[in-house]
Amino acid sequence: MQTRIKSHVIVFLAPAVLVYTAIMIWPLFNTLRLALYTNGDEGRVFSGLANFRTLFGDPRWSDSFWNALGNNAWFFVVHMLVQNPIGVALAAILSHPRLRFAALYRSAIFIPTILSFVIVGFAWKLILSPIWGIAPGMLDAVGLKSLFAPWLGREEYALTTLALISVWQFVGIPMMLIYAALLSIPEEILEAGEIDGITGWSAFWKIKLPLILPSIGIISILTFVGNFNAFDLIYAAQGALAGPDFATDILGTFLYRTFFGFQLQLGDPHMGSAIATAMFAIILTGVCIYLFLIQTRMRRYQF
Amino acid sequence: MNKARNNPLNSFAAHAALITWTVIALFPVAVILINSFKTRKAIFREPLALPDADSFSMIGYQTVMKQGDFFLYFQNSFIVTVASLFFILLFGAMAAFALSEYRFKGNTLMGLYLALGIMIPIRIGTVAILDMMVQTGLVNTLWALILVYTAQGLPLAVFILSEFMRQVSDDLKNAGRIDGMSEYAIFFKLVLPLVRPSMATVAVFNMIPIWNDLWFPLILAPGESTKTLTLGSQVFIGQFVTDWNAVLSALSLAILPVLVLYVIFSRQLIRGITSGAVK
Repeated sequence: MQTRIKSHVIVFLAPAVLVYTAIMIWPLFNTLRLALYTNGDEGRVFSGLANFRTLFGDPRWSDSFWNALGNNAWFFVVHMLVQNPIGVALAAILSHPRLRFAALYRSAIFIPTILSFVIVGFAWKLILSPIWGIAPGMLDAVGLKSLFAPWLGREEYALTTLALISVWQFVGIPMMLIYAALLSIPEEILEAGEIDGITGWSAFWKIKLPLILPSIGIISILTFVGNFNAFDLIYAAQGALAGPDFATDILGTFLYRTFFGFQLQLGDPHMGSAIATAMFAIILTGVCIYLFLIQTRMRRYQF
Repeated sequence: MNKARNNPLNSFAAHAALITWTVIALFPVAVILINSFKTRKAIFREPLALPDADSFSMIGYQTVMKQGDFFLYFQNSFIVTVASLFFILLFGAMAAFALSEYRFKGNTLMGLYLALGIMIPIRIGTVAILDMMVQTGLVNTLWALILVYTAQGLPLAVFILSEFMRQVSDDLKNAGRIDGMSEYAIFFKLVLPLVRPSMATVAVFNMIPIWNDLWFPLILAPGESTKTLTLGSQVFIGQFVTDWNAVLSALSLAILPVLVLYVIFSRQLIRGITSGAVK
């Protein structure tokens, strides 16, 4: 059995491998290849790294690219600083033994995560809209009306607002994963800590947090990959132009506009491929940093 | 048991924090649903009030039913989701069985190859996918979406299912072999029924991202006859921006199916996540 591959093994593997290779791996490499071509007079012409020189050298392109990349980085930072700590805090509270209604809270808090970006984007757009007045009305009720601004319409606030909306939507995922990790900590370890006088907060910081670090690592890389190919929320809330004045443009919307075209701009699949290649490089770098630098150094405990 | 872990003040604070976040999580959904049943005037005058006899109105829903083809969109989303899940589960389970059951040359390599797609998003290859779909004439068909979602779901499905298939007892499979069952019969009759719970987990994990996706419907199947519910509601809302009744009703109609699915499958989903299927 070790040497010759039997026919039934091939039959079992073939459908998955074929679909996966044809629809995922092949187009991925083909996209990287297309980035090396341009549209000439007679169709596709090989042009080496010309598209990348345009993308990084031509100010019209490079300004948009760095703007999108910077916005994307900020989008990720907000998620790491807000979404993941809130997720961990909620999970820590939920995992408290004999907490009543835990299942109810858990299910309710997870609801935004299952909604589509279209719903989330529009719902928040309506709520934050100065026309409808829900947000200003509520701020007025607590005497903070002066704080209200049309957040989604202001260049300086729009991106952070969208990032926070996305945090609102996805906080359920870190919550669930950390919750699962906390539940898997054996009771004996916590009891041993109690005997040594470590309870409450210090038990969380000194015993539980080190034990859930691997899960926090996984959540960080999931957040990273998710954020750097995000598109839907920005598109649903602000449109393909990622307004106001590209203040909310991230790599996903930039890629969409470039390769698919919008309004007056024609789609350019080759420049689009160049942007996709840059995104691929960014995501691959992040995943490699996680796999080779973070994950290998993290201590895992076996119970 | 222990006093420190049962402090009533702590438990009060815990509930206060959880209730606060629950309200934050549900508030926007509630506002949309409540206001979709109100007249235009009432929507603006008292956005937080429940609809009463005076302010109750279904005008938004009537507009949506007249203008948008929501039943068709719903049907498209349904077909795409169910067909993709079927192929993810069938192909994924077959590949997982091959990887976990048989020792052959390149087994580990094949496992790694299939696992690549867990971390690399399929969207990166969109330019070439669109190219391919145009060439094969699949653009603006539901098949384009089904194929893409199947490819997207397979890596994680193979990974999770092969973990579970390793736990199926060898004695059982060998007993089947002694009884003269073929390898196919062993897979379909013995192994598949035993891993049914993990198949359900994989299905639930994949269902919501497929149903909610906007990117691929927008690029591969934007035609009127193939719009999914997510894309259809996006386009519809975009056209009716100023008709608040219609927008709120369309949003509510888009929320409803997902909410129903969630109520049915939430236990499965939460059990799947907490049982460590994604570790």
